[in-house]
Amino acid sequence: MTEDSCGGCPSASESDRIVEEIQNDLEHNRIEGQYSASLRNKWLFIVAMGIVCAVAFICSLVFGSVNIPFADTFKALGHLLLPGFVDGPSQDYYENIIANSRLPRTLLCLLTGVSLAAAGTIMQGLLRNPLVSPFTLGVSTAASFGAALSIVVFPSVLGGFYYESMDFAGLTMSVKNLLIVLLSFCFGMSSILLVLKVSKKDATRTTLVLSGVVISYLFQAGISLSQYISDDESLRTISNWLMGGMWNATWGAIVLMTPIVVVCLLFLMKTSIDINSLSAGDEIARNVGVDVNSLRRRGLVVSTLVTSTCVAFSGVIGFIGLMAPHMTRMAIGNDTRFVLPASALMGASILLFSDIVARKVLYPDQLPVGIILYVVGGIFFIWMVTRKNWGSRL
Amino acid sequence: MRMEVRGLCQGYGRDDVVSDISFTAESGELVSVLGPNGCGKSTMIKSLCNVMRPRAGTIEIDGVDMLTMPSDDLAKLIGYVPQTISSVGYTTVYDLVLIGRRPYVKWNYTPEDLRIVADSMITMNVNAYMRDDVNQLSGGQRQRAFIARALAQRPRFYVFDEPTSSFDLRNQLDTMRIMRSLIRREDACLIVALHDLNLAIRYSDKVVVLNDGRVYDIGPPEKVITSEMIQDVYGVKAEILEDSHGLFVRSYDEDEDRMEDRA
Repeated sequence: MTEDSCGGCPSASESDRIVEEIQNDLEHNRIEGQYSASLRNKWLFIVAMGIVCAVAFICSLVFGSVNIPFADTFKALGHLLLPGFVDGPSQDYYENIIANSRLPRTLLCLLTGVSLAAAGTIMQGLLRNPLVSPFTLGVSTAASFGAALSIVVFPSVLGGFYYESMDFAGLTMSVKNLLIVLLSFCFGMSSILLVLKVSKKDATRTTLVLSGVVISYLFQAGISLSQYISDDESLRTISNWLMGGMWNATWGAIVLMTPIVVVCLLFLMKTSIDINSLSAGDEIARNVGVDVNSLRRRGLVVSTLVTSTCVAFSGVIGFIGLMAPHMTRMAIGNDTRFVLPASALMGASILLFSDIVARKVLYPDQLPVGIILYVVGGIFFIWMVTRKNWGSRL
Repeated sequence: MRMEVRGLCQGYGRDDVVSDISFTAESGELVSVLGPNGCGKSTMIKSLCNVMRPRAGTIEIDGVDMLTMPSDDLAKLIGYVPQTISSVGYTTVYDLVLIGRRPYVKWNYTPEDLRIVADSMITMNVNAYMRDDVNQLSGGQRQRAFIARALAQRPRFYVFDEPTSSFDLRNQLDTMRIMRSLIRREDACLIVALHDLNLAIRYSDKVVVLNDGRVYDIGPPEKVITSEMIQDVYGVKAEILEDSHGLFVRSYDEDEDRMEDRA
């Protein structure tokens, strides 16, 4: 029997081709199905983190050294936002506490958590190193040196004026705090400029990290010197600042920080697709049209800008920039477009909850939230290191 | 399309690694770059892919100097697979292949992009591990994933730096066969650095031999790959023999080396 005897039937090679095409189509469907499922999971994770963050936000308003009933917290908040529609809380001073103490503090936690986690995500991507944090390139030590310098030098230089308060952008702030904020911000920024200067134009990842470490040590020497020559009171202020806390939470801080944080985050979101291409190495990123040196410079400067803005107000708060991106990547993989918002929300949640603990653990006293985070972060990384497949993930 | 390299010089630090390299590569051609370790193959290849700026000389594509092209346009023309490949943790094969679409997108991938990504993964047979971490694949699987990334870029010139180095026999032959039929079908060009002279003889249309940073010879494989060239460039004695499948290289160390001392 020959092939022709079948009449209209396709020949053997023809039917092979058709089978192959059908298999190909099926495989396409499977791949695209898996991809949209993974996209859905990523969005779900972001939404879930958003909810966690909202819960943390509310808890942070509810808990504090004064016990305000749950309903009154919401009434106070509602009355603040829509004075015409919502009645005030049962006690007038509740509203004052919520408006002038808890709300700015909660917002400061939110902004700081978001910024540190976002900066950590971006810096890890830019330097292709999961152990990089927003502080690796020396921002925290430089900013701390700035703060220490202002605490030690200005009281004697400015005399009585140092202890007064002044209006700044329509909001009252003490001269002392303003100077700390200004100097720590400026020194924080100077660290990245120094790192870029030292590592020259054609900066590789290694030279960047090395220069960061070296510059860190230089500023550390400055901090030690300031501590050594300062009197008891300044010494206490310096060490409080170094532990990181939310004492500086004022509306002035929020008004200053919000636009900087928002603009920086938008910029970082925009670069996130280019940062994805860096994950396969500098050479491939260049090949797909990314100007690697300029991306790295701009990304590092913007991450440092947002970090030093936060550090200036909250002091050194470690581990968030390391922990939040790591946990997010474990959950949803390495697509920076999704990791950035998700880890920002996670960072905010971690800081908000830690700050609640910091307020509650020595009730009615407060602990610096930095201490809580060192404990949480330490436990987290011990757990990470003892997980079996940790090594291969790096 | 036609890539024309003229008088290319490239190096690191003060010394030039390659100098005065000139050759052309055209659509539909498979060009092998041969030469011993350290002769400058990778350095030259990097200059072709926008990874390093040439120190001197020009690289023109259809008469347009590569340096004057916007980087996104250039990225649509040249797709690169480096010799040493690495990836950061938690990056899946799918994420890696998506990087190839970077020159075509601003922020979001269209269904067309996703179709091309799926095609590339199927072509290089990495679709089964699309959700696996790149770092947890075997060397050969990882290399195939990186080639799939270059395919997703849909360039006119594929530039591969020793893509077969971590492949077993099956994968070496498959990859060369797949790439050759792909460039014939898409009328693209493959420039590939190779160590295996037999792969070069079997698959390439043109061979560029580098020695000490200069072009030793250029031409069709059967003209260029000779005992004399192998002696000069690699310092190894070899015979070019022919069997039922065509030419092949039989290399040996010395005349008297018949492996009689083998235990």
